[in-house]
Amino acid sequence: MSQIMGQSVPEEAIGDVPLLAVEQLGKRFGGFVALDTVDLAVPKGQRLGLIGPNGSGKSTLVNCISGTLQNETGSVTFGGQRLDGAPAHRRARLGLARSFQLPRPFRTMTVAENIRVPLIYTVGARAGVHLTSSELEDRCMEVLTLVSLQDKAGKNPFDLTQVEMRKLELARAMAAEPKLLIADESMAGLSHSEVEDIVALLIRMNERGVTIIMIEHIMRAVMAFSQRLVVLVSGRKIADGAPEDVIKDKDVVGAYLGT
Amino acid sequence: MNTPKFTLVLAAVAAALFIAFRLIGNDYLFFAGYTVLQYIVIATAWNILGGYCGYVNFGSAGFFAVGVYSTVFFYNVGQQYDVPLPIPLLMVIGGIMSGLLGLGMGYLTLRLRGVFFAIATLALLVVIETFVVNWSFVGGSRGAYIIPPSEIPVLGVFIHYLFLLMLGLVVLSLVAARTIERSSLGIGFATIRDDELAAEASGVPTLRLKLIATVVSGALFGMAGAPFPYYIGYVEPGSAFNLAYSVNAIAMPMIGGTMSWVGPMVGALLLSTLQQVITVTISSAANLLITGLLLIGFVILAPKGLVGLWQSFTAKGKRS
Repeated sequence: MSQIMGQSVPEEAIGDVPLLAVEQLGKRFGGFVALDTVDLAVPKGQRLGLIGPNGSGKSTLVNCISGTLQNETGSVTFGGQRLDGAPAHRRARLGLARSFQLPRPFRTMTVAENIRVPLIYTVGARAGVHLTSSELEDRCMEVLTLVSLQDKAGKNPFDLTQVEMRKLELARAMAAEPKLLIADESMAGLSHSEVEDIVALLIRMNERGVTIIMIEHIMRAVMAFSQRLVVLVSGRKIADGAPEDVIKDKDVVGAYLGT
Repeated sequence: MNTPKFTLVLAAVAAALFIAFRLIGNDYLFFAGYTVLQYIVIATAWNILGGYCGYVNFGSAGFFAVGVYSTVFFYNVGQQYDVPLPIPLLMVIGGIMSGLLGLGMGYLTLRLRGVFFAIATLALLVVIETFVVNWSFVGGSRGAYIIPPSEIPVLGVFIHYLFLLMLGLVVLSLVAARTIERSSLGIGFATIRDDELAAEASGVPTLRLKLIATVVSGALFGMAGAPFPYYIGYVEPGSAFNLAYSVNAIAMPMIGGTMSWVGPMVGALLLSTLQQVITVTISSAANLLITGLLLIGFVILAPKGLVGLWQSFTAKGKRS
């Protein structure tokens, strides 16, 4: 913990430096190039959409940023601090949270206990924070209320519906009080209204000051959410800009429709 | 119930048991009881890594034997310099040795998961056994004699003293297991059991927590093994590295239930007592057979063990 304290930069000092800076990031799996020199800078407070066909490297990028995988070349800088080689839990404590594409709840715990984990191990592990058990309880319910799961607190994750499971996945990421949240395809397989539900939820979080990267296939959700859109194809960034412009881009249309 | 209160209650139960055994006055009770108590510690130790964290350790006998041979080693050293070491001290030393072994094993193998981890622990067991067999100072394959003192001040009979030590260790390990279970450490362990990637993403330092688990688990194994040479009088690798320890260490928590400290205790009490009875009434060879059959039965029919059965039974009772 003292390490984190020693390295961290006060927020005022960051100024124009982007919250997240990915530079020349590369990752291979054997002979397969999953990511090929990707650059991406995300300023504080932005809602970024990240799209790309299946296998284009979106999840690998998320994994490299969040520390689930380690990148081979290039660097990830978060809040002015280089993350090379830092394990996922340290990144989480620095304020980098993610949700998983397929929800991965802690299956032997109740919904509330699932939320308690990041509260204890991420929020509680930050310098100068000490949560008493009643504070823990309050925060837990607060997070669950935000995603309207407060009535399911005592339930087992497997008694939840698909959309509730997705909400739990997001809630667990949010409970860590992140500066940056990466939502990896949190809407796949959901109905029309459920998608709107989740998009509204993510926008609400963004309004609370959380920078969000959303990875999604559902274009309606992407267009409703994103202030900026990035397209990955075969491990390369082929477009980056305002969503309306990006979806008209020749290369992007080509990548999706195969012209 | 908070921890100090729980410790007091448990110590009171232990004291009552000891006094009751003394009043009955049959030394065989102490001999048989020692084995049962030893298995409570072994099952609890296994469960800290296997039940709480979900890492199946097949090499329990190795950790136990390191405790055993640490005592043989220091007993021999003590003999040479004519300073006999007290058994409680030997237990602490055995715990430290096995704890260190746990730390080393953790660093080498904890990046493996599931069946690969289990195989690695089994391999570790073979490595340690080979090492001990070829180390003549601790007896090698010939074995070593440990001569217990014939008289113990206050208690009189030596086996009463050993029984009391093991009883103390049972209290210690149950309190440790229960405290871990209810602390944030226990929550961290459970996240590792459920989903390690999600645990890391939630800020849980999984590698550090797993190392804590292997050290605590290993130390308890070692402490359970350290008085064993005094109990048995003659140690050879075949008895110290007996596969029965590895099998029982898994079977007892599985049968009792791996989710809480109660499970291993109940499993060890039942299975070990049953084994003692079978040894006397049928044959000692039938022991492992019965254990194996029970293990298979429980894994298929009641994967949450006796504690799980009890919980679903009481839950049904409430509903109706």
